[in-house]
Amino acid sequence: MSEEVVFDTEGVRKNFMFLNRKAPYGTIYALEILEMILISAAFEQNTTVAFMDDGVYQIKKGQNTKALGMKNFSPMYGVVEMEKEDAEEDEDVEMVWRIVVEQESMEARGLSPEDLVLDVEVLPAAEFGALMAQQDVILGG
Amino acid sequence: MAYEVEGKTIEHDEEGYITNISEWTEPLAGIIAKDEGIDMTDEHWEVVNFLRDYYNEYQIAPAVRVLVKAIKKKFGAEKGNNKYLYELFPYGPAKQACKIAGLPKPTGCV
Repeated sequence: MSEEVVFDTEGVRKNFMFLNRKAPYGTIYALEILEMILISAAFEQNTTVAFMDDGVYQIKKGQNTKALGMKNFSPMYGVVEMEKEDAEEDEDVEMVWRIVVEQESMEARGLSPEDLVLDVEVLPAAEFGALMAQQDVILGG
Repeated sequence: MAYEVEGKTIEHDEEGYITNISEWTEPLAGIIAKDEGIDMTDEHWEVVNFLRDYYNEYQIAPAVRVLVKAIKKKFGAEKGNNKYLYELFPYGPAKQACKIAGLPKPTGCV
């Protein structure tokens, strides 16, 4: 009298936040989180790419890394924007992508949305915190 | 390890990816392709040129999933699918086409 096992082939869609809090160079966190975002895009999860504290510098325009001897990887964030657009265009998949910046962090560094390589939603700390509370998984560094 | 093209020596790693991407030329692409057993056609060039443009813009080679989507957008559904790309590049479209395009090996990808 065993019931037939039915597998859920739709898969699970969770809310993932990738929280960037560190300056782009000097540690590997920024690049590692960016690669994690690009790889995880294949799994079609709700994705929030978030920037706060010195993490805001990761998406500042006009980065010049020549003296550091490192590759300027800020153009790679363009792929994040493309994934977001794809998610919005794709009618078969109900998936949400957001790119958010904490307002206080941005303003404390004398930056405005025009200084950033990405088109972002600017959220005050309270809303940013509320968005964090909605997440199933937060990966950050 | 190096390729010899038109009297020039161009270094590559143990898998055949060139070390300095600025040394890439079209004749070099032909030589890498030959090593890979690929006879370059216009269809191959479409993909290779697409990869080079993409890399110039984003400083990264696309994952194969992104490549398929982007090719579909640009050249239509009959080209924007895995089967078509694997027919052109049997050992992995991103891996082989990136090598021919002179780009670094894509991370975590076919």
